[in-house]
Amino acid sequence: MPTDINPSTPQRPRLSLGPLLYYWPREQVLDFYAEMIETPVEVIYLGETICSKRRLLRPEDWWDLAERVAASGREPVISTLALIESEGELKTLERQCADRRFLIEANDLAALDFLEGRPFVTGPSINLYNQRTLSFLAARGLKRWVLPVELGRATAIDLLSVRPVGVECEVFAFGRLPLAYSARCFTAYNNGQGKDQCEFRCGEHPDGLLISTQEGKPFLALNGIQTQSAATHSLLASLDDVTALGIDLLRISPQSHDTAEIVRTYAACLSGDLATANGLARLRDLAPGGLVDGYWTGAAGIAATGALTGV
Amino acid sequence: MELVCPAGNLPSLKAAVDNGADAVYIGFRDDTNARHFAGLNFGDKQIQEGLRYARDRKVKVFVAVNTYAQPQGWERWTNAVDRAADLGVDALILADMGVLDYAAERHPELRLHLSVQASATSPAAIRFMHRHFGIRRVVVPRVLSIAQVAHLIKESPVPIEIFGFGSLCVMVEGRCLLSSYATGQSPNTFGACSPAAHVQWSDTPAGQETRLGGILIERRDRDEPAGYPTICKGRYEVEGETRYAIEEPTSLNTLDLLPQIMSAGVAAIKLEGRQRSTRYVSEVTRVWRDAIDSCQRNPAAFKPKADWMDALARVSEGTQTTIGPYERTWH
Repeated sequence: MPTDINPSTPQRPRLSLGPLLYYWPREQVLDFYAEMIETPVEVIYLGETICSKRRLLRPEDWWDLAERVAASGREPVISTLALIESEGELKTLERQCADRRFLIEANDLAALDFLEGRPFVTGPSINLYNQRTLSFLAARGLKRWVLPVELGRATAIDLLSVRPVGVECEVFAFGRLPLAYSARCFTAYNNGQGKDQCEFRCGEHPDGLLISTQEGKPFLALNGIQTQSAATHSLLASLDDVTALGIDLLRISPQSHDTAEIVRTYAACLSGDLATANGLARLRDLAPGGLVDGYWTGAAGIAATGALTGV
Repeated sequence: MELVCPAGNLPSLKAAVDNGADAVYIGFRDDTNARHFAGLNFGDKQIQEGLRYARDRKVKVFVAVNTYAQPQGWERWTNAVDRAADLGVDALILADMGVLDYAAERHPELRLHLSVQASATSPAAIRFMHRHFGIRRVVVPRVLSIAQVAHLIKESPVPIEIFGFGSLCVMVEGRCLLSSYATGQSPNTFGACSPAAHVQWSDTPAGQETRLGGILIERRDRDEPAGYPTICKGRYEVEGETRYAIEEPTSLNTLDLLPQIMSAGVAAIKLEGRQRSTRYVSEVTRVWRDAIDSCQRNPAAFKPKADWMDALARVSEGTQTTIGPYERTWH
């Protein structure tokens, strides 16, 4: 890595910590964030984005955490629910969006209605697929967008070439991929229960409930109403590429173990202190379900480049 | 309440018109619409003939341009919008905010409907899209119970259309990437879920297998019927058991709910199936026309007739139908 600053050399991307997608015990969540504010992540997304029934932490608790994150010198962002069905969910969303202390991540169109006219972020479940959507949302206050996970580098290049001044691009760089949302709670469904009688069984699956093919290959992970990939998406093998493209932030999605180590691995590889090959060797031991990066290269999301798998 | 019927080609459009559709929805022959299948959809000549045929019988024609444009192909979407406007269609069904922005600016007179693929499920989402793009109707995703639909209708600034029959998306539409996870192509980016080129069927000693992008999504006995090969209706291993972990191979049929759908104030009911046969379109249109007329005459006494249900069951995918998310117990 060159040490002199060349104005044409893009800055290294910063690391962000995506919202916690799972339902962990309250103490575990608080401990997790206490640990995270000791790591090199610079932006931390906080809040429940999957299910409004999950209330071990209330919006007030997330705001308290955001204050603590801010006090640590990191940027907190409040993340909001990805799928709005009930009036109660909409009211909670409106209340979250009315609080102006922190930047807010919209994950559903409803949030855009409340956030328009002030700075906001769009998460991966807002469909920003093209330049016109980008400029339209920028005119409404968009400060940062997370590239929808099925879009790869080709689309990122085109969007980055026309992005409005001051709008940042974040990409999903580590974690089980968020693939779909439903009215149905699949965790409850697989326990023979409906969502209204769920007994919070998602709490028993700190990284989602694994489903495998009939050949025994891990395929998907069910997390309440969300379906994720069983494999872990990682852009670690493409760090030079994302840096050269001018991607501003790389999102690490929390998992129940070793997230701090994963953050440090990304940071060390970005700074050049750790060779990518060594970083990848470390990640392979820490990531559930194996590593994939197909979406980034324009392939199926479940595909993996040789650089990533080391074969 | 308007009956909105699918047509993948001219004979199906005519069948929908002849059997009592109030409106028919169609798409162009490319990835600008969510039924981008080989041999399906309309060129300009077919659309012109279809428009004439429908207009002469006072039936409307809507065009779906309801996938998500990417920078590399942006002009295909703007061209599709311009073509639909030039053809004088009765409404365009759009999902992408960028495409909506283009259509609202370039063709302010054109009637815009918000596609189910836009994933708008709340009054706030609809308000946002209405404020900026002047949409005049919203097709809502299959995630709301009928009580939630009724509430949405009270709060929405524009009329609501719902899906009443056909293949059932289990995930909220417009935000399901399962297909591209396995194949690289999704409804959003390519206009098809489980594109045919990525599907393999094979007969093995263990049973009949369906693969998508090489991934085994179903293995069944020879006497079990095979449905459309989507990931959400495959059979998998979960905690040591093999089962339908997401949804069984069912399709949607809300005929039982018709009085509640009407009393909720639903403006239009949509039948899924542009990829299906002309016979399918004839049958489902005929039954639903009959049912809606019967329910409008006397909602209190409405009960689905056995021959309607039989006719619908004969053309349904898979062996079972469900009221799906409109019924809270499905959730």
